[in-house]
Parts: sequence; structure tokens; C-alpha cells
Amino acid sequence: MLLQMTGISKQFPGVQALQNVDLYVRPGECLALVGENGAGKSTLMKILSGVYAPDEGTVAIDGQIVVPRNPHHAQQLGVSIIYQEFNLFPNMPIEENIFIGREPNRTGFVDRGQLRQSAREYLQQVGVDLDPRAMVRYLSVAQQQMVEIAKALSYNARIVIMDEPTSALTDTEVRALFAIIRSLKERGLGIVFVSHRLEEIFEICDRITVLRDGRNAGELDTATATPDQVVRMMVGREITDLYRKEESTAGERVVLEVRGLSRRGTQQDDARVVLDGIDLEVRAGEIVGLAGLVGSGRTEVARAIFGADPFDSGEILLDGQRVFIKSPSQAIKHGIALAPEDRKLQALVLALAIRENVSLPNLGRLSKFGFVRRREERNLAQRYIDALSVRTPSMEQKVINLSGGNQQKVVLAKWLALDPKVLIVDEPTRGIDIGAKAEVHALMSQLAESGVAILMISSELPEVLRMSDRIYVMREGRIAGVIDRDHATEERVMELATGVKSSARAA
Amino acid sequence: MSTNAALAEAPHRREISPIDLLGRFAPLIFLLGLVAVLSYLEPGFRTERNIMNVLRQVSIIGILAVGMTFVILTAGIDLSVGSMVAFTGIVCAATAKGSRSLLTGGTTDPGGSRVLLAALAAIGLGLLLGFFQGFLIGKLEIPAFVVTLGGLGAWRGATLVFSSGQPISGFSKDFKFWGQGFVGRVPVPVVVFLLFVLVAFVILKYTQYGRWIYALGGNQEAARLSGLNTVALTISVYAIAGFCAGVGGFLLTSRLNSAEQVAGQNYELQAIAAVVIGGTSLFGGVGGVIGTLIGTLLIGVLNNGLVILNVSPYWQPIVVAIILVASVFFDQLAKKRRR
Repeated sequence: MLLQMTGISKQFPGVQALQNVDLYVRPGECLALVGENGAGKSTLMKILSGVYAPDEGTVAIDGQIVVPRNPHHAQQLGVSIIYQEFNLFPNMPIEENIFIGREPNRTGFVDRGQLRQSAREYLQQVGVDLDPRAMVRYLSVAQQQMVEIAKALSYNARIVIMDEPTSALTDTEVRALFAIIRSLKERGLGIVFVSHRLEEIFEICDRITVLRDGRNAGELDTATATPDQVVRMMVGREITDLYRKEESTAGERVVLEVRGLSRRGTQQDDARVVLDGIDLEVRAGEIVGLAGLVGSGRTEVARAIFGADPFDSGEILLDGQRVFIKSPSQAIKHGIALAPEDRKLQALVLALAIRENVSLPNLGRLSKFGFVRRREERNLAQRYIDALSVRTPSMEQKVINLSGGNQQKVVLAKWLALDPKVLIVDEPTRGIDIGAKAEVHALMSQLAESGVAILMISSELPEVLRMSDRIYVMREGRIAGVIDRDHATEERVMELATGVKSSARAA
Repeated sequence: MSTNAALAEAPHRREISPIDLLGRFAPLIFLLGLVAVLSYLEPGFRTERNIMNVLRQVSIIGILAVGMTFVILTAGIDLSVGSMVAFTGIVCAATAKGSRSLLTGGTTDPGGSRVLLAALAAIGLGLLLGFFQGFLIGKLEIPAFVVTLGGLGAWRGATLVFSSGQPISGFSKDFKFWGQGFVGRVPVPVVVFLLFVLVAFVILKYTQYGRWIYALGGNQEAARLSGLNTVALTISVYAIAGFCAGVGGFLLTSRLNSAEQVAGQNYELQAIAAVVIGGTSLFGGVGGVIGTLIGTLLIGVLNNGLVILNVSPYWQPIVVAIILVASVFFDQLAKKRRR
């Protein structure tokens, strides 16, 4: 056995990320590692590449137990990982990128000839014709990936981990990558292919290991398995007794309507379409789920509606009237609020107090002649601290000192204080504990009852299923389908999100 | 909500350690200590005349530092204010005299309402230059360091071009009042400085605009997503810095009775030092103008003390440097402890 990971467990504060997970790779084998967002794939790979140490369990290479201390050490042990975001220096030539930190030297000076010669050899092994002197920033995404693979080979890698390697590639480039993977297999390397794209997995991989909620959910041979089986294994968790939204009693009044929203990639050589003809509507009193895999364009839809990012074409209607929103402040004036994906980076001013964070978008209303009316500000903050039961000794507490759940409540508080017509929440319960989660869910449900139109983006299927009246599922920048509350199952959502047809359902 | 449960869960109960105190109040403690030591060693330090002298010496840098506080609170920097003092000063002088040339302009300006015009010219120009730099920084997203480094050279150069390298000196009594006169027993520039501190304090602490500045400096993306016009806010702080530089240019010309090409040299660095010694973080979002007042006074007292103690003035920049680095060091130390 080339690689054997046995009984791996890893706990983070408040989360059991992995529990007794096994994974093995034979020489010359390509293993697919699949699972929903948050199933533990990346934690497992980070343990293999030495980023995290496991709490329990062992890693063995060629039957020898090893303990990768850090990514560099893992590389020396023969494990190379190629991330979605490459670890290359854009302003350095290919050759220096490959040999960074171990340049061939002659009495302290870099041996240029040797450097170039070795770089060329490794590039040839990958089968790409690139000038080793070329600056990395001029390379396409696919070419940069090739450089990463050449770098892995230069470390005599035995095991190459590829994290979503095809997500930014065109079809032709995917073909080229697969040719390289095949040649690596022939040379006896083991590949771990982390991906959501089942078609590709069935094409290039020999075996599939499925993770679910940090545990092994099963293992399949691509020769005999069907994509449908994989999807069921990925999501087949029992529904626990969490909060479930009441059926919407909403009328038919459409508050938010999006028509044909489209946006291209911002980079010049990036022909990818970020959003392609998005149509959706949210009625008063409704919670509409926006599901899809990470990178499918959900957050981009939210940011476009809110005016945080520009879009190329399409229109947004509020209460049937077309609106032209070019900035978040205009969106706010129209009664749209967005609780963004990353509360620390995008939503909160951590060095300020709860009071100041809650009042930030509401200052206009709280001020007279430009002066903030302290009493009214305090009343507002206290009202929402109470309504959302934010746990804090005082409203003067700096937000940086709050727990994740309480921080999220502060984010919601500042938007609720605006009394919005449309509330967009992006990953509203990411990284918060189960109790706070239930409170946030209850709160969203109450808001909907009071007539707010809510658009909820979430990577957690149980949340999407329980909270949504309707679910739009996105795939690669498009709406892949809409599912009613009554017909929504995890399998159905995942089928749409991954693009696997449900024709094999009868099985 | 149960209060007990809330308190039990409250993270980071405030404990005040000596290092915490030192970090927060180091500049104030140092200032008071220095004043005490100097008063003891040299009774001449305590005289009203000397104290007013110290205040007058730092007042113009202090005014620049007030503007700089706004800029640094948004995590920006303005290296151009010293050069702006020179440029606005020379334009102010020429306006007062009604001519760019020392030779054709006579020896003194007519005074009266002409002084108002001259002051407005200086302040208006400062505002304009600051606005222009702010536009490049906020709208075109050129780094503030680069834009204002350009301004540092360009406005000094513009001073030379405008005046053909000649100083403009000799003004009316009305004009000189603003730099040399007194309100009661307090020098006019000191009154202006303290007024600026007061107004800036009120703005930063009590107004909507002040809150926006802290939010922008604390987290630009969150500020934008909370509906703040981050571009306009960025432009505004550089305009404020330019405004302060214009006031400084006018007061300095008046005090020296001359607009010189070398006026205000290195003032930007002293203003930045005063802000940073006062505890405003270069990363933005934390600090305030009271700290800047203390930082400015500290620099002034230090300069004066070295003179009184007969230490060579060559030592002054070195001592200021040590205090600058030490005050940031204590601040960092306190922050690490708080984590």
C-alpha cells in the first residue's frame, strides 16, 4: 500500500471535523475524495500534508508510519498538495518557483545553468513546453497548474493531492490535465483527486472514498458504481430534530425579482462566466434558499443584488419596479440588507463596540445635524441585543471579544434595525454552535412571518431544506433548477448542484 | 435574558494590568514625568512665558497633526503636508501683497481685508490640493503613500516655480497678528491649535462622520457593505489634512513675517510622529485627537527641555525617535497581553 491513513480524528473548538477516518491509496491509483462542503475533505488532506496534526490516528507511506510536521516536511516524505489557489510567486520565473528554497548553488551563488536545465527536465516530464525563464504571472491557470505538478515531481512526490484541479480549467485543459494524471499513474504515483464533479471522477479515478460529517460514508469502485450512488452516499444523513420553518403563509406579492443577471470574470484572460442569466424571485414572507456548491456563484448573486459588485446585464425589480443599484448604500436605501459570508472580514468592525456596530448602517436615522444622538443609539442597540439575546455584559463590549454566534447576532441586529424589505443572508450559521444556530433560524422564521422577503445562501443542506419555502440550486453560474419545499430532498438538491442526472433513480 | 448567565459567558473580563496602563497612558505619563523633572531641574521651565513659547513652537505642527489624525485613523498617510505648508504659505504671501514678486510688491501688504483674502487663498489652496490627492487615493485607488510622496516633492517644487525661488517677506501688522499676536496672554496660533483639537474631538467622538472614519479605518469592506460611501470618506480625510496644511501655511508665514521655500520642511514627519506617539494606530480604526494633543505637547516639551538642559539640539530628532518607537512598543505589548 502506498498510502494508508488509519483512524484519523481531528477536533476543532466546537466541531468534530474528523472521526475515525480511514483512507488508502495504491501505487498507480487515482482516488477520488468526495463529500459535501464541510464533510472533512480538506481537513483530512491538510493532515496528510502536515498543515494540521491529527488528534488520533496514523499516516503510513509504504507501510512506514510517518508524522508530517509541516507542508515542507510532507513534501520531503513524498506528499505534494496542489491547492486551488496556487502557491506560486507570480513575479518570479518558472525555474525559480520550482526550486525555491533549494536552488542548486555553486559557492553561494545560484547555478543558473543547472537551475534551468533541471526545471526544463521536470517540465518535460509533465509534458508541457514552457520556457523555464517565463514569469509565472504570464501563465494561464492551466499552465500554472502544470508548474505546480512539475514542482511536485521535483520533490520526487509519491502521492499528489489535487484540490478541485479542474474548477478553473476549460474542457481542452481538463483533457491535458487528465493525460498528465494518466502518465503519473503509469509511473506508479498515487493521486488523490478532490472534486465535486462526478463525471470527471468517473472518467479519471479508479476508486471513490466518500466522507460525510467527518466520517467515512463508504467506498465505491468507479468501474461498478453509479453517480447516483455517490450522491446518495454523500448526503444520506438522518435528519436531526432541528428547527423547521413553518410553512409560509405568504401571499403572492413578489418583493424581489431578478431577471437575466449575468456577469463575466473580471480578469482579462478569464473567459469564464461568473453569472449567466440568473432569474429568481422572492415573495414577502418567504425564505428562499439559494443552494449550490462552493464557487457556483451564489455569493456573487447576493453581492450583485446588493450593489457590492457590478454586473454586466440583467435587471433587478423591487415591488415590481425596476431599480438601479450601483452601491451598497443605494441598496440599503431601497430596503435591501446583506449579511455577508465572512462576518469578521466583511460585516463587523471588530475594534468597535456592539453599540457602534449595530448603529453603523442606521446612523442617518439616529443623527441630528450630523451628531449621533447617544440616547437613541443606546436604546436601539439595547433593543436588538435583547431581541436577539446577544450574550454580553454590556453593549460597550468590543465585538472582537464575542463568540461567533454572538457576532453573527450583532450582524443580524444591525440589519434588522434598518427594518429591511429584503434580507439576504450568506451562510448565516457558518461556524456557530448549535444553540445559536437554532436561535438564528427561529429569528429568520419570525422575520419572514412579519413579511420580510429573505434570500438565504447556505452550504448546509439540512439548513436549506428545513428553512426554505423554495430552493434555487446553482451550478457553474447558472440556476440549475428550482425545487418546492414539498419536493425538496438532499438528493434532489445535490443532483442539481453536481449535474448528475437522476435517470438511475429506479435502482 | 438572564443577567447571571450573560455575565458568566462574558469573555475577557476586564483586568487592568500595569502593562495595560503603561500601553494606554505611556505618552501622558511620560509627558507629565518630563514636565515634573524639567520644572524641578530648571525653574525657568515653569514660567508662563516659557510654557507659551513651547506651545507656540508646536502649534503649527500640532494643527497638521490634527488633520493627520483623520488620515491615519482611516489607515492612510499624508507625507505632503509639510510641502503644502510652503506652497500655501507662498501663495498666501503673494495674495497679501497682491504680487508674486518681492520687488514689485512693495515692502508691506495693505492689511485690513486683504489679510482675510490671503488666509482664504492659503486655506482654499490647501483644501484643493488635499482634495486632489484624496481623489487619486480614494477614487483611482493609488496608494496613499505614493500619492502623498509625490505631493511631498511636487508642492515643494510648485513653491519654487511660483516664487522663482525668492522669499516674500514684510507684512502689515494685521497680517502678522495671526502668527505673532496674542489673545489675552495666549499666542494666536496656540488658540487656533487648541480650537482645532476641540473641534476634531467633537467631530470624532460625537458625529456621524466621526463614526464613519473609525468604521472605515477599522474595516473598509464592512464599512462599504454597511452603506458607507468609502470613496467620498477617503477623499474627505485628505481634504481635511490639506485644509489644516493651508491654515498652517498662513500661520507660519505670519509668524515668520516671511514665506520661504524651505518652510515646513519635515513637518509631515513630526506630525505623523505626534499622532503615532499619541496612540493612534497606523493600521487605522483606533486612536483619537486627544492622543495627538499629548503627542504634540510631548515633542514640544522635549525640544524645549533639551534646550533648557543645554543639550545640543542635534540630539532632538534622536530623542523623538526613541520615544516614537518606545510608545508603539508599549502599545503592542499591551495589545498582546489583552489577547
